Amino acid sequence: MNPVVNEPEKTFNKYSFDVEGGNFNTAGTVSMRIKSILKQNGLPDDVVRKSAIVSYEAEINIVSYAKKGTISLTITSSDVEIQVSDEGPGIPDIEQAMEQGYSTASQQIREMGFGAGMGLHNIKSYSDKFDISSEVNKGTFLKMIIGHKNS
Amino acid sequence: MDIGTLAKELNLTLKSAPDKVSNHVKGGYTGDLLSDVMAKAREGDVWITRQVHQNIIAVATLKELAGIILVNSSEPAKDTLEKAIQENVPILVSDLPAFEISGKIYDLLKS
Repeated sequence: MNPVVNEPEKTFNKYSFDVEGGNFNTAGTVSMRIKSILKQNGLPDDVVRKSAIVSYEAEINIVSYAKKGTISLTITSSDVEIQVSDEGPGIPDIEQAMEQGYSTASQQIREMGFGAGMGLHNIKSYSDKFDISSEVNKGTFLKMIIGHKNS
Repeated sequence: MDIGTLAKELNLTLKSAPDKVSNHVKGGYTGDLLSDVMAKAREGDVWITRQVHQNIIAVATLKELAGIILVNSSEPAKDTLEKAIQENVPILVSDLPAFEISGKIYDLLKS
């Protein structure tokens, strides 16, 4: 007689990282951490690849525009969830900001090969689900979901 | 083809990660826009670029590129080289412009 075993509660792995605005010296380190955590968790290559692109673009946006921000990573049994919030200028017109090629980046940022108006567009196209909201003079919030269950 | 052979065939100067000369080169991607490379380069590509600042190392690491080739005899910035050594990313320098070195790499990989 087997006792009734309840399904164990889903255990989620959660991580949170601070990103410093304006500091291009460390830009990318959070994305590298995220990538190695996903690999350690044995997630499929394409999920790791998409998550790396998405988190890198979000990290570069914080560094380029905001005072500071936080990137959090949650790994559930079906998804990789990356949430980004920053304290920054916000985006007055999200639709315009999502257009490929639209950018408010400074000349200095563009010379480094950033600010080509591809970041948000890439984030959206490499996420399975993407949400963005923003408040001018407060900050921007992004939520990206990349599914891994059937991959 | 590996990084070491590519360097020898095309007269490239290796600046970092000598123990990574055996990195297999599957293809190449040419560009100076980091978001473009981030989105479109594939694992095992060599990245041909004129960008010499340290953020190229994060892109190469995140994308698991085989190496970075700087064009027009451009030298990596000091902190770029330090990061390349730290992350073990091979940086190579070519005296050719991006168009020419890309063409030569393309031919080598096709043959």
